[in-house]
Amino acid sequence: MSIFQELADREHVFEFLTQVQSPVDVRHGPILYLEDVNVSFDGFKAINNLNLTIDDGELRCIIGPNGAGKTTMMDIITGKTRPDTGSVWFGSRHNLLTMNEPDIASLGIGRKFQKPTVFEALTVFENLELAMAADKRVFPTLTAIMKPEYRDRIDEVLEMIGLKELRDRLAGILSHGQKQWLEIGMLLMQKPRLLLVDEPVAGMTEQEMERTAELLTSLAGKQSVVVVEHDMGFVRSIARKVTVLHQGSVLAEGTMDQVSKDPEVIKVYLGEEA
Amino acid sequence: MATTNSWLLRPFQERSTQVFLGVLFTAVIVVSLLHLFMPQDSALHVSAYTVTLLGKYLCYALLAVAVDLVWGYLGILSLGHGAFFGLGGYAMGMYLMRQIGDRGTYGDPVLPDFMVFLNWDELPWYWHGFDMAWFAFIMVLLAPGLLALVFGFLAFRSRVTGVYLSIITQALTFALMLAFFRNEMGFGGNNGLTDFRDILGFNLRTDATRLGLFIATGIALAIGYVICRAIVNSKLGRVSIACRDAEARTRFLGYRVERVQLFVFVVSAMLAGVAGALYVPQVGIINPSEFSPLFSIEIVVWVALGGRATLYGAVIGAILVNYAKTVFTGIMPDAWLFALGGLFVLVTVFLPRGIAGLLQKRRKTKTDDDTPAGQEATA
Repeated sequence: MSIFQELADREHVFEFLTQVQSPVDVRHGPILYLEDVNVSFDGFKAINNLNLTIDDGELRCIIGPNGAGKTTMMDIITGKTRPDTGSVWFGSRHNLLTMNEPDIASLGIGRKFQKPTVFEALTVFENLELAMAADKRVFPTLTAIMKPEYRDRIDEVLEMIGLKELRDRLAGILSHGQKQWLEIGMLLMQKPRLLLVDEPVAGMTEQEMERTAELLTSLAGKQSVVVVEHDMGFVRSIARKVTVLHQGSVLAEGTMDQVSKDPEVIKVYLGEEA
Repeated sequence: MATTNSWLLRPFQERSTQVFLGVLFTAVIVVSLLHLFMPQDSALHVSAYTVTLLGKYLCYALLAVAVDLVWGYLGILSLGHGAFFGLGGYAMGMYLMRQIGDRGTYGDPVLPDFMVFLNWDELPWYWHGFDMAWFAFIMVLLAPGLLALVFGFLAFRSRVTGVYLSIITQALTFALMLAFFRNEMGFGGNNGLTDFRDILGFNLRTDATRLGLFIATGIALAIGYVICRAIVNSKLGRVSIACRDAEARTRFLGYRVERVQLFVFVVSAMLAGVAGALYVPQVGIINPSEFSPLFSIEIVVWVALGGRATLYGAVIGAILVNYAKTVFTGIMPDAWLFALGGLFVLVTVFLPRGIAGLLQKRRKTKTDDDTPAGQEATA
């Protein structure tokens, strides 16, 4: 019986077939470099000589008025948009401009879109299970078994996103905020090195915002997190370092206090809100 | 809790599968015993006619399970599953035709009657090999499987989904019907294949063979059900549901959605082929009407009535509707389609989750009462 099981266990028969990802090289500190990146759409310069460096384990907030190029920047990092010129490196080994979307995703860059999409007919646990880093081809998926270490990993993420009590509930009954957390959890299941989070608190209540802030700050350190957000109060509550984008390039960078005192920033952005 | 690692054995640990298999086997055994041991004049005697009729229902049930697998769990509304059922049926029909040998009206040792009638000199190339049972039985799986593979590959790769996919599946079965109607195709034209004599050496016209076919169909339904249940309970089943509800998101998680769809679709087509193959010797004929679009739509109605995405609901739906059809067409043949339409409307309005939904509701009433924990934290 055990021989049969060993033969039937397709996942581990051929060692050489299991994908070995070359590790991300962060010995020099930064996990993400963008250098002199330019993108234009029909003559409109969406990104203009953008230079940005994210350190390993950092939590960075990116703010800026509408049309500042925040989403375009995310698109470039995840491989959705190709820049006209410039270079984008993940660690000092991987040139993201030569890779496609799934490869970049499997390298460890997770992206959370604005609108939450979770699988409503599945439980919270199952949502995380599907997101888990694993062999995702048809037959390995068919024969996959829930190993204790997978269960532990899912429980760990459930703990992190604060949905432990809702483990066996259908994702469809979750509130808007809980769905956002679940989706962040699904990203975490893929063991990303870098999380790109697009407007995580849009449409959230005060309490949900607080919990999201806690969640994101607790993630930093283990992962690098880049948050694009409009809500200044939220940014103030989580940010250690803020980058202000304006017209496709970096206008200012520093702590929230430094940035908010910057006259240029006040003129183009904060001034509008005040 | 003892758990097995084999994905195919996991359903046996599940209560609903145990109940289903228990009910199915009990029914098959009881019918067999009543047929064999009750005297002919007893009220409890089950005639050979009834045994065959029940066997036909079980074939339909297997077909409905196949449709539920793709529609209920993968969200692909196939209005062309009759095509796979028909192909399986034709593969079996060809074997049965070759078994007639020289006992046909024209007495030709090789050529079936309709070919002699059409003045054909030799067997078309695709009829070779069907004199061997193993070859025919492989073709029962292979013919529908290959059609589903090619069709599904093209459709899913082009990301055809929703109502457009339903329409092209309908076109597929319609095209096959027109093709099989032609005498030149070599499948007997509109008369189809009939006048079968024996299967695996057993005379098809004896009661014992009929009972054997009925039992075989019951076993096939059980195996098909367990295979579907195993797929549905596996991680792949959850990925299927994910594809059904949020295809783009599933792709984003790294799953090749089109491959998942293709795999499940091919499995479903093969099960439909087996259902067709068991159907043919029991009804004694296969003709192009099995490919008619109306029949494929009827299958979907059975599944909808029984309850989508439950598997056992499909079985209940197929058996109930076909029983009703037998009764109705006996009493008022013209009213049957109206009755079916009315039933469909009533169930859609009052039982959106079908008959299976009723069973589930009763079971779930007590668990739904308690409010979801954690909700109040955000309220």
